[in-house]
Amino acid sequence: MEKRVTFKGIWLPLLLVLPQILITAIFFFYPAGQAIWQSLFIPDPFGLSMQWVGLGNFEYLLSDRFYRASFITTAVFSILVTVVSMGVALYLAILADRLIKGSGTYRTLLIWPYAVAPAVAGVLWLFMFNTRVGVVTWYLGLLGYDWNHVLNEGEAMGLVVVASAWGRISYNFLFFLAGLQAIPRSVIEAAAIDGAHFWTRFRTIVWPLLSPTTFFLLVVNIIYAFFETFGVIHTITSGGPQQATTILVYKVYSDGFVGQDLGSSAAQSVILLVIVSLLTVIQFKYIERRVHY
Amino acid sequence: MKHTISILAASAVLGSTQAAMAATEIEFWHAFTGRLGELVAEQVEGFNSSQSDYTVVATHKGNYSETLNAGIAAFRAGEQPDILMVFEVGTATMMGAKGAIKPVYEVMGDGFDQSKYIGSVKGYYTSPEGDMLSLPYNSSTPVLWVNRDKLQEAGIDPDTDLSTWEQVGTVLDQLKDAGVDCPMTTAWQSWIHLENFSAYHDVPFATKSNGFDGTDTELAFNSPAQVAHISAMGEWAQDGKFIYAGRRNEGGANFRGGECALFTESSAGYAGIKAEAQFDFEVRPLPYWSAVASEPQNTIIGGASLWVMEGQTDEEYAGVAAFMNFLSSPEIQAKWHQDTGYLPITSEAGELTREQGFYEANPGTDIAVIQMTAKEPTANSKGLRLGSFDQIRTIIDEELEAVWAGDKDAQAALDSAVERGNALLRRFEQASR
Repeated sequence: MEKRVTFKGIWLPLLLVLPQILITAIFFFYPAGQAIWQSLFIPDPFGLSMQWVGLGNFEYLLSDRFYRASFITTAVFSILVTVVSMGVALYLAILADRLIKGSGTYRTLLIWPYAVAPAVAGVLWLFMFNTRVGVVTWYLGLLGYDWNHVLNEGEAMGLVVVASAWGRISYNFLFFLAGLQAIPRSVIEAAAIDGAHFWTRFRTIVWPLLSPTTFFLLVVNIIYAFFETFGVIHTITSGGPQQATTILVYKVYSDGFVGQDLGSSAAQSVILLVIVSLLTVIQFKYIERRVHY
Repeated sequence: MKHTISILAASAVLGSTQAAMAATEIEFWHAFTGRLGELVAEQVEGFNSSQSDYTVVATHKGNYSETLNAGIAAFRAGEQPDILMVFEVGTATMMGAKGAIKPVYEVMGDGFDQSKYIGSVKGYYTSPEGDMLSLPYNSSTPVLWVNRDKLQEAGIDPDTDLSTWEQVGTVLDQLKDAGVDCPMTTAWQSWIHLENFSAYHDVPFATKSNGFDGTDTELAFNSPAQVAHISAMGEWAQDGKFIYAGRRNEGGANFRGGECALFTESSAGYAGIKAEAQFDFEVRPLPYWSAVASEPQNTIIGGASLWVMEGQTDEEYAGVAAFMNFLSSPEIQAKWHQDTGYLPITSEAGELTREQGFYEANPGTDIAVIQMTAKEPTANSKGLRLGSFDQIRTIIDEELEAVWAGDKDAQAALDSAVERGNALLRRFEQASR
């Protein structure tokens, strides 16, 4: 038997999806088309002239070893942000799920950081780790560790990852908690009666049943790390030291708005568009197969 | 202002002679907040109340980069202001935008006396023919700030000669030996230690007279003089004698807090240091290497100038000229110079400041002026005119950080910066063709 809802004609379904199509066309297809068009030119900043260069902007970018290195930086950064924010969120959600008293307060407090804008989060973390007046830097100094993210590439990466992941933990926590609470108690209790310990129960019951949530968060978090972490990086490191924290989207900004090189900036947007589309296709084609709905 | 004519007509019909209604509005976009923002507002207010034909409306549009981007976006939309403040590194971008800007010497008309402006200040903004393209607004130059108490504590004579880097090197050794955590720090490393360093030692920063003679210029700051300086700085960084605090003026907090003994920073740091420093401080000329030059050339400026945008009415341009004449008048300039620590743009304003006794009351405030004007600028010390220069500075920052961290030697870092910067210059050359 057909489970899906089916329509007889073509007009009603078209009418129903029309608003969605319109919004996608105006806010996605049109700007994306503009970016692709602009990526084929070298314009001057004021828009007084444009020179057709075909794929010249792409050749220029891909022959730049610093641009290629930025792919690795972006991959490392996105994986770290995703793993840290999802790992911590899952851990906290498991703890909150077991709470009987005070879980409301606990939940509310954990959700707060989500309300902090990335740029503000960046400034907060920058203050704590400021090489001169930072509280954390000072304590680390007492322990004999000389914190200097202004020159140390690893420390700079660590700091932007933590600052980006921090606000995101709240968001992930909410979804994980909801996912955990949707798992029927009876299944877990039955396993417990059969003698399964916490870890066995988690591995064989909770984790598989949580997989739709985990998969959704994986997609959303990677996209977040790619695009929305700009504010954090801009306020904390501006892409430095050297190019340690210059992720692809930061380079789009600096070429477009610092260098006024709109051709290169547009070409980079197109490359980002392709990468994210590919990632999403891969995620849905390969990872989703392992997800149990 | 489009409505002026209709308002004029309407007021004529009504028989009204209210001058305020007929005032032409001049839009002025700038990048200043805080104390500087107040001082800009004061100047604008002064101009508006001094006459009744024009009303300047000043609007803050964000930091330097944001203001430039706002101006560009507005021009693309046909909504550009009359006057746009652009920082010095955006000069080549603005010059390349023929059709978007109206050169200041054209706006000012026939009676415009360009000779009253200080050569090394206006030089940054003049055409190869010697015509002023924009009006210098706030200009500063790097100097050496000294915490005299810190030297004293370390057992060093606070009056010790610090005119050469060789002498500074000796003092840094002494400071380090005395256990000072931060013997020296800097702000704006590319501007001070490469751009000004090159001008001060009369070596080219880029070919084609630092870009003044054409967009087919190439960077040249990887020559022995610059390599030797960055190399020495790198060694000082490794030994903990030079503390790197960040790409902009983060080091200022360390100096003002009394942590650092020496600090290379803009002369415009004066207001902040005077307000915050709880110690005896002093301004010295920027040091030079006596091994490279027997005596220093002049330093170059940083800051911003005012550009006039294309596409306005003749009436508005007349208003712009009136406002710029007002800004250039000795009284207004002298006040601006004394309030902010920025250089005066005319020699008259400098003389007036001296007559008023300001330099005697505030010792060291004339160091920057002397340093800029002691010698006639050469092709290497007139300024820089390089496209995408804001971004080239980022590249230089990145490569210098590799030297301070000990990842690269000075030669390798500067070679790499030159190569990467040249790629951007070629893009700019192509875009402005």
